[in-house]
This record gives sequence, C-alpha cells and structure tokens, in this order.
Amino acid sequence: MATPASVHAHTPQGFIRKYIFSLDHKVIGIQYFFLALTAVFVGMFLSLLMRIHLVWPAAVLPFVGEIKPETYLSLLTMHGTIMVFFVLTTAPQGGFGNYFLPIQIGAPDMAFPVLNMLSFWTTFVGFVVILAAFFVTGGAPLHGWTGYAPLSALPSAGPGEGLGADLWITSIAIFCVASLMGALNFITTTLDLRAKGMTMMRMPLTVWSWFITAILGLLAFGVLLSAGILLLMDRNLGTSFYVPLVVVNGQIMGHKGGSPLLWQHLFWFFGHPEVYIAILPGMGVASQVLSTFSRKPIFGYRAMVYAMLSIGFFGFMVWGHHMFMSGMSPYSAFAFSILTMCIGVPSAIKTFNWLGTMYKGRIRFQTPMLYAIGFVSLFVSGGLSGPFLAQPVLDIQLHDTYFVVGHFHLIMGVAAIFGMFAATYYWFPKMFGRMMNETWGRVHFFLTLAGTYAIFMPMHYLGMAGGTRRYSQYTEVAYLQKLMPIHQFMTYAAFITIAAQFIFVLNLFWSMFKGPKASDNPWEATTLEWTTATPPPHDNFGGVTPVVNHGPYEYSVPGAPKDYVMQNDPATVATH
Amino acid sequence: MSTYSPTTPIDHVGHGHKPPLPPAAGGGDDGRGGGDVPNYGARLRRARLGLICGIATVCMVFVSLTSAYLVRQGLPTFDGASNSYVRDWGRVDLPWLLLAINTAILLVSSVSMELARRKAALQAALAPVRSIPGVSLGNERSFPWLGITVLLGISFLVGQWLAWGELHARGFFVDTNPNSSFVFLLTITHAVHLCGGMIALLWAASASLLHKPVEARRIVVDITAWYWHFMAVLWIYVFALLGFAK
Repeated sequence: MATPASVHAHTPQGFIRKYIFSLDHKVIGIQYFFLALTAVFVGMFLSLLMRIHLVWPAAVLPFVGEIKPETYLSLLTMHGTIMVFFVLTTAPQGGFGNYFLPIQIGAPDMAFPVLNMLSFWTTFVGFVVILAAFFVTGGAPLHGWTGYAPLSALPSAGPGEGLGADLWITSIAIFCVASLMGALNFITTTLDLRAKGMTMMRMPLTVWSWFITAILGLLAFGVLLSAGILLLMDRNLGTSFYVPLVVVNGQIMGHKGGSPLLWQHLFWFFGHPEVYIAILPGMGVASQVLSTFSRKPIFGYRAMVYAMLSIGFFGFMVWGHHMFMSGMSPYSAFAFSILTMCIGVPSAIKTFNWLGTMYKGRIRFQTPMLYAIGFVSLFVSGGLSGPFLAQPVLDIQLHDTYFVVGHFHLIMGVAAIFGMFAATYYWFPKMFGRMMNETWGRVHFFLTLAGTYAIFMPMHYLGMAGGTRRYSQYTEVAYLQKLMPIHQFMTYAAFITIAAQFIFVLNLFWSMFKGPKASDNPWEATTLEWTTATPPPHDNFGGVTPVVNHGPYEYSVPGAPKDYVMQNDPATVATH
Repeated sequence: MSTYSPTTPIDHVGHGHKPPLPPAAGGGDDGRGGGDVPNYGARLRRARLGLICGIATVCMVFVSLTSAYLVRQGLPTFDGASNSYVRDWGRVDLPWLLLAINTAILLVSSVSMELARRKAALQAALAPVRSIPGVSLGNERSFPWLGITVLLGISFLVGQWLAWGELHARGFFVDTNPNSSFVFLLTITHAVHLCGGMIALLWAASASLLHKPVEARRIVVDITAWYWHFMAVLWIYVFALLGFAK
C-alpha cells in the first residue's frame, strides 16, 4: 500500500475510474446507496400494486392492466426478494458500511479495493438479472421470496416458474457471491486496518454492527448459494434433491424422493441470519445517533457490543422457528422456541440501553434523532410480536397470516429502513458536503412513522382474525370479506406513506445541489469521520493518519472544554 | 450522567486484567506508515486474513452440501409397485483407481506448491540483502516449483474429467440416482474451486514473468499455496465422504 501522500496524489482523474469503476470505498458506498434507492422504489411500486389489487381486485391499471392472481404472486415474490436482498442487505451494509467503516476506523480505504468494486458491480448485475425476470416469457416467478420447493423446483408448476424462476435463482446466486466478497472485505478491513489507538473496544457501535453483519453474511450466504445450486439442478438437470414424487396438471413429474423440507432447512439457515444482516446495521446507526443527539455516552457500550455478538450467535440457532408448521418433531420445535426467546434478552438489553442513553440527556430533536427514536419504537413494536410467534402452539394459529407479515415488516423491514433514513440524514452532510432540509425532514419523518404504523399494525389484527397472507383476493370468502375495511384503510395509508417518500427524494436531490454548505462536524459528533474534511478527500484524512485517544461516545465529559471529546483529540484533553 | 466510556490516555487503556496495550494495539500501522516503502509484512497479514475469510465461506458451502447429502441419503420415497416407502439412494461404482491416482497427483502438487512458497519466502527475505551493492548470494539453484504445480493441477483436472467420463461409461449420470447426483455435484464443485486456485497459480507465475517485486510476488505465492493446501484437504474430505458415507 502506498503512503498517504502518494495515495492522495494518485486520486483517479478520468470519469470512468472516478465515478463508474472506482476503487474508492466512498464512491462505491454511494453507488450502493443509489442502487438500493432505485431498488426500494421498484419494491415499493410493486407493493402499491398489491395493495390496490387487494382492495380493488377487478381494477384495470394503466400500463399494468388487470392484475391476475398469478401476477399478484409474482408481485409478491419480486417485492420480497428485491426488498430483502437489494435494499435491506445492500444499503445499510454495502452503502453506509462501505462509505463509513474505513473512515470510522481511520483507514484510507477498504483492505481490498478491487474486490470492493467487483462486489458492487456483481450486485448490480444481480439486480439487472432479477429485473429481467419481469420481461421473459411467463414473467416473474410466483414462489415467494422464500422460494419453497417443489413449486420453485418445477418449471411447469405455473406461469413465471420457467425462465423467470431460473433468473430469480441466478440473481440470488450472483448476489450471494457479491455479498461474500463484501463480507470478506469488511472483516479484513476491521481487523487489520484500524488506526493507532483504535482498539476493538473503541470502535463506534456502527463499526461493530457492520463487522458482525459481515461475519453473519460470510457464514450464511455460502449456504444459500449451495441451496440455490441444488435448486437449479433440480429444475434443469433432472435431479431430485427437493422434489418428491409429484403430479402437476395430471402429469407425473420425473422426480422422486426429494425433500421440500431440505430446501426449507437450508434456506432458513441463511434466512434467519439474514434478518439480522438487515437490522444490525440499523442498531449500530441508532446507537450512534442516539448518543450524539442526546449529548450522552452510549449507555453500556460493552453490553451493546456483547448484545450484538449474542444476537448474531443466536441468529444461527433459530432457523427452525420458521418451520413449526412443517411437521417437525415437537422436541425440535421446543428447542427452537426456547432459543428464539433467548434472542429477546440481548434485544431487550439493547432497547433498555437506548432508552438509558436518552434518559436525562440534552436531546436535540433533529431529523436523524427522530429517525433513531422511530427505529427504537418500531424495533419494540415489531419485536414484541416475536415471542408470540416463537411459541409453536400460537404459531399454529398465526402461521401464514397477516400477523407474521405485520411482525416482520415492522421489525425487519421498516425498522431497518428507519435505520437507513437516520443514517442518510445523519451522514448526508459528510457524504455530499451540504445539509438536508430540516423542516421537510421532519415532515417526512412524521408522515412515514404514522403511515408505516397505519399500514402494519392493523395486519396483526387481520392475522389474529384469521386473515391469510398470499391470497390475491379476499372478496370471495365470507369471513375475510368482513376484514376488507381494514385492508382499505391499509391501502389508503400505503398511498400516503409512499407519496411521503417523494418528499425524501426531493429533499435528497435538492439538498445535494442547493442545500446549505455543511461544516466538517455539523452535529458536534466525536467519531473519526467528523475529524476530516467534508466531503472527505480521496485518502480520507488528507495525508494524515489519525491517532485515536478516546472512546467513540465521549459527550458531556466533565472537565472538557466542549461537551464532546473527539476520538483523535489529545489524550490529555479531558483528564481531570 | 449514566455511564462514560473511559476518557483516558491510550497508555492507560487495558483490556480486563491484561496489561495496558501499546499505542499500536489497534490495526497497527497497517502498511501505511514509514516513507514510500510499502509494508509487505502488513500486506501479507491482510491477504492471509482475507484468505481465512474466503476459506470459511468455501467451508460453509461444503458443510451445507454435506448436510444435504446426509439428509437426502436417509429419505425414503413412495414406491407404487410395492405400495410402500423405499430407499432410493442407489449405488455408484466410482472409478476408485483413477480417483486414487488423482488424489496422489493433488497431494504431490500440494508438496510442490509448498516448496514454491518456501522458495518465494526465502527470496523475499533475502531481497534486502541482495539489494546491497557489492553483496552477492551466489547462483541459487532455481527449480520451477510453480510450473510443476500448474502441471500437476492441470493433470488433476484432466483426471477428474476422465473420472466423470468413466462414470458416464458405467451408466451413471447426474440424474441417475441421488447418490450419483451428489457424486457429480461434490466433485464438480471442488473442481470449480480448484480452477480458482489454478487462476491464482497462473497469476503467481505471471507475477514472476512481469518482474513484480519479489516481496509482492511472495504474497501471491503464499496465499495461493495456502488455498492450494486447503483444496487438497477439501478433496480428501470429499473423497472420504463419497467413499465412506455412500
């Protein structure tokens, strides 16, 4: 590696090397961010089509036409897949993690910049491949984001299960490879590129969250990749890993002896850690923002680190709770149930510590802080329904109902997205050198918070009333018809919430070019990214290697001249 | 105020009961400090760390395939003729001799790769001495261990190709029975990973041809060597799995 000065001098000049195939982790982070932003609007649009169809099943929509039941299932599949992989996994880790992990540990770049670039462009290819599934014969697959076999393993099982499903699996396999490259880079960077004095226990909690997420990704995506290869073989080479003796449209398929449960085990061994891959970075950002805007050190730093580590550890032990209804042994279900509830302990530790951080703080209610508080709110609201679903007895009633949809959207979907919003409003000044509009930020926050609760809280009632998920039409079933007013309410809420996101996008792009110039440290924060120029130079610290003397959250330190001590301040600044 | 993270000079920071850490306890200088000379030691450490992560991933791939192998092996399927559940795992007549020869070739290649790694390490260690004007270390005997490894690697892949052909000749294809599906799946997945090692080997060989600094070349050779050894161990695992868990 070159010295800082030479790195500084070797700033790429050409457009292609600077902005397209850049090796700079900051540019790659922004590329990931905008890829996820594009993906989230695609996913959101698909969800809007679903909500419209649920309430007005016969509606003929411009450019879309009438939504048939199989089209509804395709929308559902693509919404889930795009949101989970290309939004919830891409933006928090690939986007913000890429941009800020090296800066927060005092490194000039990621450990393997070329691998980093490859990781982004591989993800991009994966996104293009999955979008292509919309345009091939038969359209997009209809087996849901979980891709349960044998539906996903038989090309003749339905429209979209032909080439569309092959593209879906290929896209996920490509995404796995990209994520593995990214995870390898994150782990090596964190372990090996920290600045002098940046001990592990001085790392910001954001860095811890990206680091643990990378470990989860490293161990989980390989399993999904294997599962995907087996699925492709079943579909195209005539093997019988997942497919038993089945009859489709009166014809006996050539498979026999395979186990659909084998897919479920492999998928959920990846799938449950994936939940934490999505939410852990949000936890890190919430910790960072809550401490900064409460002007208080994070409550129980070490407990927060150990809680994240134990959440990651338990995340690999609980996949079976997605399969209580699959006929598994009650003893297994009992074990998975106990282990699942164990995750409640570190989760509660984190929640109490966030509240403890805010307690008696001099809170600055700026937009990033609002979103961090919103994150905690959604994490609690979504998390509390987890112990219900963790009970096999209750799960018999609640499985495959809207209760589950409400639960995972609040805890994994919207909470993680609130983490991303907090991160965007918090780090925007550092990334783009300008401030976002505060007033529109607040408007966006309150509309989004109210809107998401209005969409997803009623789902719990729907589920308890027996409202099944994945049905494209409820108008033909008498007891489900009675629930239609709730569906209508949720659809109206979805309209308003999605409309509110355009406020965010306008604020983002307007502020990028017209927002007031940001100072180097507008939030008076302590971590290393706020010690460097805004936006940071190519080598992050302008030829200087930072030396860290303090912990990451030293606010309101008695004896210090300011109410915060930056990580690279002289060691003696706060001695008293 | 509830809690504080410690605001103490770095020299006073300790981990639990351990003695205080020196200032470079974090990532160290990670190859960035000290003039214009690249820190090859730090680079090597980083590359090895990345390799460990990569190996962990490959292990997870094979652990999940093994899991699928064992689960699928025990699954019954419904037999309409006897109106009962029967085991459909089936048998595969593996070309044992050919696979044993391939194993021997891969193990020998691992030895030659190790010799190449040691030679590269020695050359890197002697590079500073060699650069002193007037100092000569004499003519070293240069044996093309890397080239030998490449040849042995190609031989192994050709041998695997022949083994797949032999399986076809004996009437076993990927969809013949679940056992044969796994034989092809595991051996081909291993071969694909070995191809990655071959590319790394060619990269290492080209580093020599492109006159890259001997220290930089040593890193490439070192990483490739450890990956190659891992491939050999992985093949023995696959071979044992197919042999003993059939």
